[in-house]
Amino acid sequence: MQPFTRHTAIAAPLLKDDINTDQIAPIRHSRSLKEDYKITLFYRARQRDDGSEDPEFVLNKPQFRNAGILVTGHNFGAGSSRESAVWSMIANDIRVIVAKSFADIYRENCLQNGLLPIVLDPEEAEAFIARVVRVNGEGPFTVDLVTQRISGPGGADIAFDIAAADRMRLIEGLDDIGLTLKQMDDIVHWEQRAAAAQPWLQTAKDSR
Amino acid sequence: MPRTLFDKIWDSHLVGQRADDRDLLYIDRHVLHELHAHHAFTALEKQGRAIHRPDLTFAVQDHTVATKAGRDDNTNPTGTAFLRAMRDGTRKNGIRLFDIDDPEQGISHVVAPELGIVLPGATHAVPDSHASTVGGVGALAFGCGTSEMTHILATQVMALKRPKRMRARLDGRLGAHVSAKDVALRLIAELGVAGGRGYVVEYAGSAVRAMPIEQRMTLCNLNIEMGGRSGFVAPDDATFAWLAGRPYLPQGAMWDRALDHWRLLTTDDDAAFDREVTLDCGALEPQITWGTDPSQVVGISGRVPEPAAMDSSRRAAAEGAFAYMGLEPGTPLAGLPVDRVFIGSCTNSRLPDLEVAAAVVRGRRVADGVVAMVVPGSSTVKREAEAAGLDRVFRDAGFFWGESGCSMCAGGNGDRGEPGERCVSTTNRNFENRQGPKVRTHLASPATAAATAIAGRIADVRQLLSGAA
Repeated sequence: MQPFTRHTAIAAPLLKDDINTDQIAPIRHSRSLKEDYKITLFYRARQRDDGSEDPEFVLNKPQFRNAGILVTGHNFGAGSSRESAVWSMIANDIRVIVAKSFADIYRENCLQNGLLPIVLDPEEAEAFIARVVRVNGEGPFTVDLVTQRISGPGGADIAFDIAAADRMRLIEGLDDIGLTLKQMDDIVHWEQRAAAAQPWLQTAKDSR
Repeated sequence: MPRTLFDKIWDSHLVGQRADDRDLLYIDRHVLHELHAHHAFTALEKQGRAIHRPDLTFAVQDHTVATKAGRDDNTNPTGTAFLRAMRDGTRKNGIRLFDIDDPEQGISHVVAPELGIVLPGATHAVPDSHASTVGGVGALAFGCGTSEMTHILATQVMALKRPKRMRARLDGRLGAHVSAKDVALRLIAELGVAGGRGYVVEYAGSAVRAMPIEQRMTLCNLNIEMGGRSGFVAPDDATFAWLAGRPYLPQGAMWDRALDHWRLLTTDDDAAFDREVTLDCGALEPQITWGTDPSQVVGISGRVPEPAAMDSSRRAAAEGAFAYMGLEPGTPLAGLPVDRVFIGSCTNSRLPDLEVAAAVVRGRRVADGVVAMVVPGSSTVKREAEAAGLDRVFRDAGFFWGESGCSMCAGGNGDRGEPGERCVSTTNRNFENRQGPKVRTHLASPATAAATAIAGRIADVRQLLSGAA
């Protein structure tokens, strides 16, 4: 996983709650095993009915075309567990999402991919959204995970909280599987205990 | 100290704590599907890592399979590569695959309980958000992304933070033609699409106890639509009777031993929950969504709500939904003309769902101009339905009778509506563009969907059957 320490980029506002993964990464009619996730991101929302680009969609606006930070409302990433909804962010160099809250599975998928999910409390979030709207892409924000601060035009630095373990995982770009494999002995011991206490859990065979 | 059933299952599956303080939770059964599995197989190969327990891992082809009779890998051309990659990956890794032509193929959440692959008190994971469907038999199931799936393949554990506990007490006796789907939609309407975020929900109460197992699965299936991390019903005698004899379950003396254990799977009296909610289901009428998220729900006799009656957090979403759905506040739901009806998906495609729909349809005809589809949740369900003559009932009425799979739930197999169509669907998400670009989806029960197909308009099944419609 790509480590995350600091990210400087234009911040774009997505002014809705409950943006779901069907919106972020729609299942496209034509697709392949090697999907171009750069195109997947908000694929439908970016287009008008006739297939042309919708100039009203925020990420199509000239000042936000290269946005690398998204700022949004509650429950971002609701719905399907599809990880393409995170891969499509990374493919577009969006490495930070600031939200009032995230859907559980989406947040987990962010941590797996070096995408920093920041939760601000609703008042702070409102203020930051207003600031991002006011700045309107005229200058970049810097999100520093080491100092846990957001800095940029239009106001004072903002401190943010994140669980220490999640922070370390992102900063070090830890290999999640590698981390767990260190405890393979524990896993095997659990399996041995389960095989004795609840043997039906450790076997799944067709009895026919 | 009194403990909840969630805590008992969690604690008994706790392997240890990881360096980052996450709990390592052992996963007893892992089921893959073709839309995401190839990413995991490729990643593991690149990392040179083996699959730890292929014998506890199963795979299905469900998201991209065509539903036309005589289907093969190429019937849905966008699925071909996914189906083949799944076949190759499972063969290389020694994983039992329920392939497109397997007599027991189907939607993972339907197949796993049907074959006894999941069991009460077991942990279960699927790279799909509707994993908790199998909570209906008392399993603790988690949906996950692709990286987590890869992690489970390599380690057979999930690294999780312990969720909070919620109990949803659903009491009262359900009225005629009211089912778990209606109860779940009402609960989501009450709690909102994020009401369950961070929680594992135990569904309890007299209404739940009275539900057949398939309805409990419908209830648990929709848990994610209020943002819940997982949801389940504590197993009881009805569960054990439903499970008995299913092929992947322990047999003989081992079954008896397992049963003794499963009878202990209850929440202790006085166990504390982080949140308790209640719903009286006694007066509930059939429910239907009017908007573009599963919390935008009214009773079948209701009207599209007035924004003034909503709290501000829901008003903004509602304004967008009115436009997308082509509806004005105050419009009655019943009577709205529809173009399409879909009966199927992991939410409502088990045999009793189809029986309920067939009972409504029998001797009637799908209204002119309505495209109506039934897609059984598994090839087993399809075979059983055909043995009972249900396919004839549906076909004679003018329904398409499909091969099993996810079909129009997310349209991943090419089954989808046309732009602007209004569709009543027994699925789980009424999100914009999900069932096809610009398709307007109303979620409802199989009974309501069937009645709507016959009437050609959103219909109250109770009125249709009493001849009042």
